[in-house]
Amino acid sequence: MIQQRIREKAKELLSKKELDLIIGFGEGTLPLRASPLFIRNPEEADRLIWNSFCENNLATYLHKFNRFKVGLVVKGCDSRSVIALSLEKRFELDRLFLIGVPCQRMVDRRRVKKAVPGEILHAREEGDKIIVKGENFEIALKRDDFLYPSCQACIHRNPAKANILVADPVEEFSLAEAFPDVREFERMSPGERWKFFEKESSRCIRCYACREACPMCYCAECFVDSSNPKWIEKGLAPSDLEFYHMVRAYHQTGRCSGCGACERACPMEIRLTYLTQKLNQDVKELFEFETGIDSDNRPPLSTYDTDDRQEFIK
Amino acid sequence: MERSWQPKILAFLCNWCSYAGADLAGTSRVQYPPNIRVIRVPCSGRINPLFILKALQSGIDGVLVSGCHPGDCHYISGNYVGRRKSATLKRFLEYLGIEAGRVQFSWVSAAEGIKFSQVVGEVTEDIRKLGPAKHFVKKAESIGQRPKRSEHLA
Repeated sequence: MIQQRIREKAKELLSKKELDLIIGFGEGTLPLRASPLFIRNPEEADRLIWNSFCENNLATYLHKFNRFKVGLVVKGCDSRSVIALSLEKRFELDRLFLIGVPCQRMVDRRRVKKAVPGEILHAREEGDKIIVKGENFEIALKRDDFLYPSCQACIHRNPAKANILVADPVEEFSLAEAFPDVREFERMSPGERWKFFEKESSRCIRCYACREACPMCYCAECFVDSSNPKWIEKGLAPSDLEFYHMVRAYHQTGRCSGCGACERACPMEIRLTYLTQKLNQDVKELFEFETGIDSDNRPPLSTYDTDDRQEFIK
Repeated sequence: MERSWQPKILAFLCNWCSYAGADLAGTSRVQYPPNIRVIRVPCSGRINPLFILKALQSGIDGVLVSGCHPGDCHYISGNYVGRRKSATLKRFLEYLGIEAGRVQFSWVSAAEGIKFSQVVGEVTEDIRKLGPAKHFVKKAESIGQRPKRSEHLA
């Protein structure tokens, strides 16, 4: 069982003092949630859990601990964020120990909430079902019907470059099946696409949960905080909301692993991955680059090829 | 007297090639549309995509970014790096629904005064056909009607 093997490995690494800290998941305080867990002693290893609610990208915590020897429980997407961060020299990869979990895909808690008639008081996973209990109901939902869109589209569920894998690798989709939400969006006309984007970004309250959840957003001064030059204002002018979403996505070009943590963190349920996945698709098409697969190439916008495509330039 | 709308186009020209090419067009008295406002930058690689977005947000109808031909960059590789940013940004903006042709790119060398005038002519015509910038422009009355969270959760 994955959970057991994670606990055993964590206990071993902390007992031998090979690591200062292990970051994994523990029980959440709310139904359908797991919580990031930070343990430093082998006795705490039994608090680690693994289930379909482990939706966070834990790589986002590495920025705080880059002087320590850290162990990290990673899904496919998380491991690619780690590699992407190491390309940007945020830490040394050999100070990290990646406990890789081939991902069974995570459950979309919002869709689960919409599928039941009242407030959820308790939820647990049992085999291929999610049992959800409320005050007057207990419903068993089929887990695979309630997965996150970013998980359904994932083509890299097995962690790349993990130090150990706690289960056998799972079967991957092919590249041809990747980016379904991009293809769906592109079926709309330009006017419809702008309307969709405008509508999505209009709900934004500028809480920056997306920015905090994203492992690649670590700028000491984010462009939204810049006052000289002042790119956008802090308020809710629709144009500024659109600017924020365009730029936060664009700043992920060649860096985004497609984990979807941004979309999951958003309190207003704004769709975001259809933006970043378009950039991922373009970077693959234009520069043959996929985030986090190779640990020793260069981020695509930091380099060039003399033969890069330029058919769009007069 | 009603004045009909004229495109307002911002042209980011690299100092060493495109700006010099534009200057040559001027000294040669080549005629081209007066709709561009030029911002001289040291290199096309200097262009931060946020410049282009800020321009569109301010109500500018079109943006032209022009630099040295590949291989001729004064800073050796600036235009190569700029090329990658331009490619990804252009595709992203068109994906979002910003009309194709609002943001355009060219290579114009210091000797290409005539080419510069042709590029400006083409870009101005393209923008004239697209009409004034409508998406994304920041309006004075800011917040307006916001959809309630409950509306979309239904």
